[in-house]
Amino acid sequence: MHRSFPSAESRRGLVDQPNTDVIQGTLDMLILKTLSLEPMHGFGIARRIEQISRDAFKVNPGSLLTALQRLERAGALDAEWRRTENARRARFYALTRAGRKLLEAETADWARRAGAVARLLRAEG
Amino acid sequence: MSLWRQLTRGLRALTHRAATDRETADEVQHYLDQAAAAHRARGLSPDDARRAARVELGSPTTVRQEVRSSGWEHAVETRLTDLRYAARKLRGDPGFTAITVLTLALGLGGATAIFSAVRPILFEPLPYPAPGRIAMIWEIGRDGSRDQGTFGMYRELAARNHAFEAIAVLRPWQPTMTGAEQPERLDGQRVSASYFAVLGVAPALGRAFQPSDDRPGGANAVVISDALWRRRFGGDSTVIGRQVTLDDDTHTVVAVMPRGFENLLAPSTELWAPLQYDIAQARAWGHHLRTVARLRDGVHLDQATEELRALGQRVLNELRPATYGPEVDFAAVALQDDITRGIRPALLAVLAAVALVLVIACVNVTNLLLARDARRGGEFALRAALGAGQGRLIGQLLTEILLLSLVGGAVGMGVAFLGVRALVLLSPPGLPRVGAIGVDGAAFAFALGLTSLVALACGLVPALQAARSDPHAAMQQGTRRAVGRRHGARGILVVAEVALALILLVSSGLLLRSLSLLFRVESGFDSSHLLTMQVQTSGRRFAEDSTTFRFFAQALDAARGVPGVTEAALTSQLPLSGDADLYGVEFDPAPVDDPGEVRGTFRYAVSPGYFETMRIPLVRGRLLDERDRAGAPLVAVISESVAKRRLPGQDPVGRRLRVGAGPLYTVVGVVGDVKQVSLALSESDAVYLTAAQWRFADNAMSLIVRGRDQPAALAGPIREAIWSVDRDQAVVRVATMDDLVAASAAERRFALTVFEAFALAALLLAAAGIYGVLAGSVAERTREIGVRAALGASRRSILVLVLGRGMTLAAFGIGLGVVGAAAASRVMTALLFGISPLDPVTYAGAIALLAGVSLVACSVPAWRAARVDPARTLRSE
Repeated sequence: MHRSFPSAESRRGLVDQPNTDVIQGTLDMLILKTLSLEPMHGFGIARRIEQISRDAFKVNPGSLLTALQRLERAGALDAEWRRTENARRARFYALTRAGRKLLEAETADWARRAGAVARLLRAEG
Repeated sequence: MSLWRQLTRGLRALTHRAATDRETADEVQHYLDQAAAAHRARGLSPDDARRAARVELGSPTTVRQEVRSSGWEHAVETRLTDLRYAARKLRGDPGFTAITVLTLALGLGGATAIFSAVRPILFEPLPYPAPGRIAMIWEIGRDGSRDQGTFGMYRELAARNHAFEAIAVLRPWQPTMTGAEQPERLDGQRVSASYFAVLGVAPALGRAFQPSDDRPGGANAVVISDALWRRRFGGDSTVIGRQVTLDDDTHTVVAVMPRGFENLLAPSTELWAPLQYDIAQARAWGHHLRTVARLRDGVHLDQATEELRALGQRVLNELRPATYGPEVDFAAVALQDDITRGIRPALLAVLAAVALVLVIACVNVTNLLLARDARRGGEFALRAALGAGQGRLIGQLLTEILLLSLVGGAVGMGVAFLGVRALVLLSPPGLPRVGAIGVDGAAFAFALGLTSLVALACGLVPALQAARSDPHAAMQQGTRRAVGRRHGARGILVVAEVALALILLVSSGLLLRSLSLLFRVESGFDSSHLLTMQVQTSGRRFAEDSTTFRFFAQALDAARGVPGVTEAALTSQLPLSGDADLYGVEFDPAPVDDPGEVRGTFRYAVSPGYFETMRIPLVRGRLLDERDRAGAPLVAVISESVAKRRLPGQDPVGRRLRVGAGPLYTVVGVVGDVKQVSLALSESDAVYLTAAQWRFADNAMSLIVRGRDQPAALAGPIREAIWSVDRDQAVVRVATMDDLVAASAAERRFALTVFEAFALAALLLAAAGIYGVLAGSVAERTREIGVRAALGASRRSILVLVLGRGMTLAAFGIGLGVVGAAAASRVMTALLFGISPLDPVTYAGAIALLAGVSLVACSVPAWRAARVDPARTLRSE
């Protein structure tokens, strides 16, 4: 069955731009890393990831908010409604101790796999 | 921690859906606002900034939906939605729902009830260790009849055999327990010491019998059941060694049996005492003991029978006991087969019947679902077109069918509970292990699984078709699409249903006819207005035969004095009561070509007046009367069958005969034959003597009383009259003779009742099936019928068209059913009486009934078709 609405990914694919999708499976790690600095709301996290990656990654808001809900339920994050500096209500996410451990594990795992990919590519070249 | 969060967050989302959605919406809105603000900060106009943010975000609804559907609670919500939808759908079609649920409930409940009742009796191993090694030992007469064993034979077999670990003999015993409390008549058994070893059950308290207990003149030891221990002794564990008084003798309690112990050889038994037989007694070679044995490990029943034959023959050749006929065979029969022997054919037939009903129920459910699916093709096409995936459609249908099965199952469980209770109430008196019957969970699960599988298999078809086909075309065709194709399949199902129903109808018709033929059989006596009861003497004061004779004579006089009693008599055994006191009868001098006895001859020690009370007709000579007292010349009366078979063409009056090893009696008369064992069996060889001229006093006599009207009302006054003679004597087995006659056909009646219920269910289901298919096809073909009517077809021709289609299906079903019934009824031969399994009257009746019901089921849709208004049909196109 085809879906009723085309996804954000396929929309970008149609106009032939460079791929800015977050690498599959790394979104959780990027969120955790971003939040390790300070508690942030959803848009802040997306913005930070895009800035630091120098717009190499565009974060899909649907995926981001779903991931935040999942991580919160998994106990890696705490969520709290707070007032922002311009007096708007926003949901802020903060890293928990379990989240910090998860980040360490994911970072180590990523480093191992990225290193392996890099070695493979070098060997081929 | 995280699991806890998963649970609480999910539950909160489920219970506070609105609040959770609002939070998600707020968060998404905040995101959008922030993104727009960021674009404004980069210099875009507010409108452009908002548009850019929207493009980045995509549809806020989609994002909200994405977040919302990520938790586990979403799956739950989907299922709940499906469930609500399914419930609405089922409520919206109450006719379909009711019929389906009832069909399921009948099939499930019936199958579960029957299987629950049959399993402990036929299929579950008996509640003893290594139950397959327990066997009954029977002496088999020339005609294949089974006879009870004798103590003499038991003693020889026990000493000489190699096939058995242990052999035991037993006989009923009904002592009166006296003491501090009310005197109580108890059901007991006298057993040889090895009895409990044969069953393999050790007492819970105390010790089992030892060989030293089972000697003539041995100590009076008694083993009591758990129930008696709790009732009479308050479950006191110091009961071992206590003295109890039974029949005026003190007995020492040596053991208490375990709580769950089932004494299958006499289920009501509450206490056991050693047999203590003296081989020198005259009764030592009388056939009144049952023999049970435990095979050695590895010894097969056939080997055991083999050895019994050889040993038995050797014993007979060596000792030549007078109580054995010339041709006796021996057999070891597995205990389970033995206790289910009488009831097995009825139970197997009933099991087969319920299997048929279950199949009919499955066919009907299939039919109903197919008919409904045909109507719903358009609905599924529409939903597929609106974007429902195949998985979602299947999930939806699955939910509907499971809900249906669940409701059907719940109602079916109720039917099963009621059914099991009804079966226990209806059960014939000989049904073993009634106590172990309960609703069988495994059987219910099996039946529920089977019907659900059938429902699933046929219920999922439309979803798969809708998902696969082109929604556009399907919707255009609407509900008319899948119709024609499946009519063939549904027609075949109806044919099958009608055929199965006919098999059940024929079977129950055959049983019904058998039973009515059976009750038309002459019992040989007049059972109306007869009340019977057994009077027993017990206690040391009856050690002298003269005391016993005196007591019975006084009791009989007392009974005759009760107002309303017209005649009364005593007899040592009662026809149709289960008594079987058989002796070998030899004429002296032996007639030429005496074919001998078939099994033995029923010996009746009666009071004068017995024949008159029973209304047994005199054929020749004279009846027994007051002249035939002790000391007078010994005389006997024989049954007509004995006279005809053994003294053909001769006058039996004046011939002399011996009953067992005893003195010679002179035949003074011949009386009509009486059904002794059951109405269906024609064993009728009998010899009658007066009790006073028999060589010992029977200590239990049946009193027969003929009353003016309601015989049952006499029971109380007569019992009082007997007790006025001796307060301590037991009066048991009170029953009217009509009850005994009915009870002798109890197995057949039980099978008939169950068959009638199932045949009725099958008839209704088949009618529902025919109606459902025809009604569906008329509804679907309204347009075609309308066109026909518009083109000039008369109402009559349309009526004939629809009726013809329905009755063609029924006719095919009936044709197939006749063949099936002819095959199936052969299995029931053991339950039939007096008619062939191919009895044409029964077949014609069943066919007429089924055809009639089919016609009624067809006529409603046919009538509806005939009333189709052509103008309206054509306009609606």
